Amino acid sequence: MHTVVTSLVAQGGSVAEASGVTSLAWLLVALPLLGAAVLLLGGRRADRFGPLLAVGLSWASFLVGLVIIVAMLGRSGAARAEHLTLWSWIPAGGFQLPAGMLVDQLSMAFVMLVTFVGSLIHVYSLGYMSHDPDKRRFFAYLNFFVAAMLLLVLADSYALLFVGWEGVGLASYLLIGFWNRNPAFATAANKAFVVNRIGDLGLTLGIALIFATFGRVDFASVAAGAPHASQGTLTAIGLLLLIGACGKSAQFPLQSWLGDAMAGPTPVSALIHAATMVTAGVYLVVRSHPIFDAAPNARLGVVVVGAITLLFGAVVGCAKDDIKKALAASTMSQIGYMMLAAGLGPIGYAFAIFHLVNHGFYKAGMFLGAGSVMHGMDDQVNMRRFGNLSGAMKVTWVTFGVGWLAILGVPPFSGFWSKDKIIEAAFIGDGWRPWVFGLAALIGAGITAFYMSRLFFMTFHGTKRWTDDVHPHESPLTMTVPMVVLAVGSAFLGLILGPTGGFTHWLEPVVGGGTEGDPVIAVPILMVLTLLLVAAGVAYAWLLYWRDSVPEVAPQGSLVTQAARQDLYQDAINEGLFMRPGIHLTRSLVFADSKGVDGAFGGLAALVGGLSARARRLQNGYVRSYALTMLLGVVAILGAVWVIS
Amino acid sequence: MSSFPWLTVLMVVPVVGAVVVAALPASKAGRAKQIAMGTSLLTLVLGILAALAYRSATTTGQFRLAEVHSWIPQFGVSWALGVDGIALALILMALVLTPVCILAAWHDVPEGGAREKYYFALILVLLAFMVGVFAATDVFLFYVFFEAMLIPVYFLIGSYGGDRRQYAAMKFLLFSLAGGLVMLVAVIALYQYGPGGSQGFLIERLTGIHFSHTAGRLMWLGFFIAFAVKAPMWPFHTWLPDAATEAKPATATLLVGVLDKVGTFGMIRFCLQIFPEASRWATPVVLVLAVISVLYGALLAIGSTDIMRLIAFTSVSHFGFIVLGIFAVTTTGWAGSALYMVNHGFATGALFLIAGMLVARRGSKRIPDFGGWQRLTPVLAGSFLLAGLAGLALPGFGSFISEFLVIVGTFQRYKTAAVIAVVGTVLAALYIMLMYKRLMTGPKPDTVGVPDLSWRERWVVIPLIGSLLVLGFYPKPVLDLVNPAVKATLSHVGVTDPAPTIAGGSK
Repeated sequence: MHTVVTSLVAQGGSVAEASGVTSLAWLLVALPLLGAAVLLLGGRRADRFGPLLAVGLSWASFLVGLVIIVAMLGRSGAARAEHLTLWSWIPAGGFQLPAGMLVDQLSMAFVMLVTFVGSLIHVYSLGYMSHDPDKRRFFAYLNFFVAAMLLLVLADSYALLFVGWEGVGLASYLLIGFWNRNPAFATAANKAFVVNRIGDLGLTLGIALIFATFGRVDFASVAAGAPHASQGTLTAIGLLLLIGACGKSAQFPLQSWLGDAMAGPTPVSALIHAATMVTAGVYLVVRSHPIFDAAPNARLGVVVVGAITLLFGAVVGCAKDDIKKALAASTMSQIGYMMLAAGLGPIGYAFAIFHLVNHGFYKAGMFLGAGSVMHGMDDQVNMRRFGNLSGAMKVTWVTFGVGWLAILGVPPFSGFWSKDKIIEAAFIGDGWRPWVFGLAALIGAGITAFYMSRLFFMTFHGTKRWTDDVHPHESPLTMTVPMVVLAVGSAFLGLILGPTGGFTHWLEPVVGGGTEGDPVIAVPILMVLTLLLVAAGVAYAWLLYWRDSVPEVAPQGSLVTQAARQDLYQDAINEGLFMRPGIHLTRSLVFADSKGVDGAFGGLAALVGGLSARARRLQNGYVRSYALTMLLGVVAILGAVWVIS
Repeated sequence: MSSFPWLTVLMVVPVVGAVVVAALPASKAGRAKQIAMGTSLLTLVLGILAALAYRSATTTGQFRLAEVHSWIPQFGVSWALGVDGIALALILMALVLTPVCILAAWHDVPEGGAREKYYFALILVLLAFMVGVFAATDVFLFYVFFEAMLIPVYFLIGSYGGDRRQYAAMKFLLFSLAGGLVMLVAVIALYQYGPGGSQGFLIERLTGIHFSHTAGRLMWLGFFIAFAVKAPMWPFHTWLPDAATEAKPATATLLVGVLDKVGTFGMIRFCLQIFPEASRWATPVVLVLAVISVLYGALLAIGSTDIMRLIAFTSVSHFGFIVLGIFAVTTTGWAGSALYMVNHGFATGALFLIAGMLVARRGSKRIPDFGGWQRLTPVLAGSFLLAGLAGLALPGFGSFISEFLVIVGTFQRYKTAAVIAVVGTVLAALYIMLMYKRLMTGPKPDTVGVPDLSWRERWVVIPLIGSLLVLGFYPKPVLDLVNPAVKATLSHVGVTDPAPTIAGGSK
């Protein structure tokens, strides 16, 4: 055992210890964390400067990230990753774990996404939350979220990752329930927390199995040890991690919380429930690639989850009239694409992350656009009450339009460069798999085009359906500027990083290069097919939601529509399977505890009490009865002695 | 300096304080809490000095800061005190909790007078026994403290508690006495089987003896039942919710946070160290009881409508985890359980004390009587949320590290038990978050004029939450204390950690 551990350490040490600016990586987490602490502990004194301080610290974190990544670009590919040891965290018996950060190409891609999009959303929130009396608390939570998310992606071990993982979960809980005076919102927050906790159960056991297998839980040791572990163990670890990923990333079957999470303020939906936190599951899978590389069955699990969720989300998205819930369904579906790609293994990892980054831009942009629409429409979210807003909100309309083209995968917008690659990759392989998963991805693209166009047309085009007391207007600059920046990203990011191969090349030293393989359908045909399906989706949406008038009350619709409107009955199923039996179990246990377990002791006490009441009657004060008792006692003792001897 | 009787001093100082407080003339009765606070702080300072002396000590035996004086040589009883890292960590935890509890109890006896005097005197007496019970290295002395502790607690519950205090106090006393008497039989039997002589009750002399199977197992059972009642484990837990809800929050904190740890501490010190064979024999049953406790306590907490009962049931669940970690017998699990005992004291203490502040404001312990209090008392609500998150072992708090180590350590040896117990972490999210939702969220209640936390109350919260956060990111000081003790005790048990499985697969 000793030799193995030392060899692991030696191999784990292939990443150089941080020098230069990389050793400042801890500031990435510390700065926003400081902001959260000052804002929360400062009380009302921090009301005035708090929000601006939070925005400033978020940008400061971005700048630190920028400096680190520039320094990283100056080194050759293999020498870019660095490791920063922080302090001795858990030295407990056989479990030894220092806290450290892994600053490599993968984590820095996330750092850039989180700090840049996060800071933009901080700015946007200055406008969006300007009238909220609790905005100091809001900015504190946002800063806390950024810190936790950065810890999640920078952690060098599963245990430290878990700290960030739960930290973002807490931030998500606090922000979903930010307006928890509404009991429904408080319930939504609880639902998110508890469903995530179910996922965490998988992650916890996954880490336990990793420790039992490798004797350590840091990424380097796992990477070094994975080739020595048995196939079955690795599959089990992979599937347990997948459960964790499903919870955090709202993937089937733990997807039910995301729609309700839209109860939170819209900037939160953009940052946490679209661009960053919900993609953490994809990060976990890609970061664990040494395990998944060697466990094809676990990868199959990931692909299946991704394929189911991408269709599930897309179908649900077609039926939602609440603009935020439609976008949430879309997020689920898009993360399904990322999961699918991550599950494909080395050919898919880089595209999963690429799509994740692109999605971060265009989906955050669209959520901010939805927030801008709500801002101008007295917090209305029902798209049947929108229509023809393109004139009243020009900036919102154009930026949203860019996001719409990007998610559709229309070239040259960013989504095209990542989603098309995922569809291609899904068609690579032997046997039934490329056909099933490839077709799922392909059909998903068509449905995506339909529901996103439906959303876009219902909101910005067609006939005006809002009431006369609503006066739609464009939002202030603090809100529109971030939307414009995100729209620019959605338009050009893919073009810059995609065709040049810049992104995949960047990640290659971490996740490995894609092994060459040809899709079962030729690439050009696939591309044309995808674009045709997308065009068909757009056209059908145009017919229904632009050319024809949209009824202000939703028609009953087909059985499929009704099911999709109810999120394919996910809540009914969960309630029937878990909640109601759980409530019954709890109630009967409460009853049984007081009547059964405690009752047994109470009964024992009553019995003793009764016996002593009888015994007391013997103490009647008559000498003759005492004498009789003594006599009986002496006889009994003598009898006993006689029997024994 | 090495011969300075630190541990005796740590017991004598609070006793002296208690006598002074109790002897105050009626006109000065209002000074009782100040003196009690001063005494407990002085004891804490002495405890820290003792910890420093412990670190610099060079003794080779299991216990440092050891004192052995002959007490009743005819029966082999000695006044023997000494600590290893686990005991010292628990003593320090008790020393930190006591002043916090006294501060929280500042207005617990509003009528003042003799009743107030005796209230604080009892807390100080309890403090002395809490030090003694963890420091005793003589089995009989341990038993004496184990039983003597019941007296102050009995009066703290029975004289100062809520409406059903008499019932709760009597129930507590009867359960503990019943367990204690079973243990007494085992204690006496242990002397018979041990080396005997004038120091025949010293733990060091009783370690490593090979008992016959039946005798060892029967004695093990005697100890274990007492500890299982104390801890408390299912199905001996029913005294705890009653005691916790009827007692004052400060008493409940000391009861659940410190006293109950004697149960789990005793399992390590006595059941496993003295009877390793019997412990191995009983492990399957204990693991089942522990897992049941984890789930049962959590489910009952979810179903509770009384805040204090709810918190008490969460502790049943947490003690299940501690016992699980102990009987998994891995260094990781033991370090986790030892750390868990410390963290649980702070986390549960915070929950009880903050809930007490809430109850004092509303005049009700029923959860449905609340709602929307976040709007009313934001700092109180925020503190309660933090305490709750620590209670559900959220990463960042010390309680996470201990629960995580217990799960990981148990998983190494008993996968099924670990897998089932992990469900407890999901249930923990339910009981805390549902409670928080019912108490704090929703529309602002009509009640007006409810003050938020006062500075006194904030200083109750700050040390507890602060300790939990520090232990969440830097548990090393406690783990450094605990690790050698874990290693030493495990060597008595004669078990080594399972090797990582890939060790077999590579060259």
